[in-house]
Amino acid sequence: MICLVRLKSIVGSATGVAGAAFLAFLLSALTQLPGSAALAADNSILVQSTTSTQNSGLFAHILPLFETQTGIKVKVVAVGTGQALKNARNGDGDVLLVHAKAAEQKFVRGGWGVKRFDLMYNDFVIVGPANDPAKIAGMKDAPAALAKIANAHAIFASRGDNSGTHKAELRLWKLAGGAAAAARGSWYRETGSGMGATLNIAAGIGAYALTDRATWLSFNNKRDLRVLVEGDKRLFNQYGVMLVNPARHKHVNAKQGRAFINWLLSDVGQSAIAGFKVKGRQLFFPNAAPGS
Amino acid sequence: MSDDSSVLSLALRLLATGDDNLYAIIGLSMRVSLAAVGLGCLLGIPLGAALAVLRFPGRTVVTALLNSFMGLPPVVVGLLIYLLLSRSGPLGFLGLLYTPSAMIIAQTLLVTPIVAALSRQTIADLNDEYAELFRSLDLGLAARLGALIRDGRYSLMTAALAGFGRAIAEVGAVMIVGGNIAGATRVMTTAIALETSKGELALAIALGLILIALAMAVNLMVLGLNNFAQRRAYA
Repeated sequence: MICLVRLKSIVGSATGVAGAAFLAFLLSALTQLPGSAALAADNSILVQSTTSTQNSGLFAHILPLFETQTGIKVKVVAVGTGQALKNARNGDGDVLLVHAKAAEQKFVRGGWGVKRFDLMYNDFVIVGPANDPAKIAGMKDAPAALAKIANAHAIFASRGDNSGTHKAELRLWKLAGGAAAAARGSWYRETGSGMGATLNIAAGIGAYALTDRATWLSFNNKRDLRVLVEGDKRLFNQYGVMLVNPARHKHVNAKQGRAFINWLLSDVGQSAIAGFKVKGRQLFFPNAAPGS
Repeated sequence: MSDDSSVLSLALRLLATGDDNLYAIIGLSMRVSLAAVGLGCLLGIPLGAALAVLRFPGRTVVTALLNSFMGLPPVVVGLLIYLLLSRSGPLGFLGLLYTPSAMIIAQTLLVTPIVAALSRQTIADLNDEYAELFRSLDLGLAARLGALIRDGRYSLMTAALAGFGRAIAEVGAVMIVGGNIAGATRVMTTAIALETSKGELALAIALGLILIALAMAVNLMVLGLNNFAQRRAYA
């Protein structure tokens, strides 16, 4: 009986110790994390950017170069351009790096951003299944190709998420006569997802889609999708970079944010962008104005 | 993927090669979800116990509300916490958005109703069983709640594990409030979402297998401890 009581108390104190350890863990999880984040905030910047720059591996290639040269840590939140603009507007970021020129200019005009710089470009391509039911392979006129897809009622997977690529796609549909909006839910399917998720869907159901070339080249689940239309000037895809306005949001890390932007626009940054290759192919072409 | 064995071997290879990134991601997943479960228990168990024992008007409505909150959509919770913690939100001055703390807060909100609702059921059953005993001893409320929680602790573990299952598996909330930042807020589920969107399906599934193995390890550990403690307690 005494032995039993002692055993119970041992187990009791063991659970007590475990409980105390767990409480200590909880406290440290809660107190240390914000602390370390605040510490890091002195020497790090937050960049709101797009999925194409992250998923293609561009950031993984250029950020270590910047970080070793300056000691500034860059944290990237990669979402669609529409959401990135919205987050930056709320002040949840120091630098904005996206690809929807008109929306970016509006952002700066509204006083949310300081100044917009051209950074780099690549192009969009129309991909589709190898059997190509709308017979658009090799066409050089992107809106005409979309019109043929509409006439054939071939399935087209749209981002449908207000991203830069989605905005570009809507511009092209407008030039093609705007048949897509009416066909929503039938042959025109809005995925409401990122570029990769949309390509996964297109590959799964054999649909056409508009994609930026960087995401396409680094995407690894192409199945029988291939590039069918490319080379139209209207498929140009310009990326821009700007500082979130510190006059609007006091906490913006303007000094280091500017350092990052200046580095991207400098010869060193521009050649780092040019030096990023996937399977031997360059994905982004730097085009910052000299001296900007 | 079609070739299951290659996915499994990829998962094992990922673990075996000791990739620092992977271990950091696993570590953060565990840290965030365990902290959320701990907080969820601290809040949820007393809440569930009080709801089981106290009689007050509208109790059924509160219970129904709590039960339906078990199904809170993570995306909605993520969005709410984003709006709260955004620099433009009421708690923006804390600077917590895109930190592990924000992820813990969001997951705590998801876990607490699960722990509370399941604890309420467990403790209500136990309370019925003890009703006469309590009456005869004329115990105060605090003493009764204490006894119920202590004696129900093994069943309450199941509630905690259900909460852990929810936390470790959700992606919607941590994606929005954490931002899936490499080296800072990337956890297993957001890493899986990222690899899927890159079309790296084999890698995504391999990470999924590792996540399932982690959840199993935690469950086995808790059950093992439980069995050990129970055997000792009734020895």
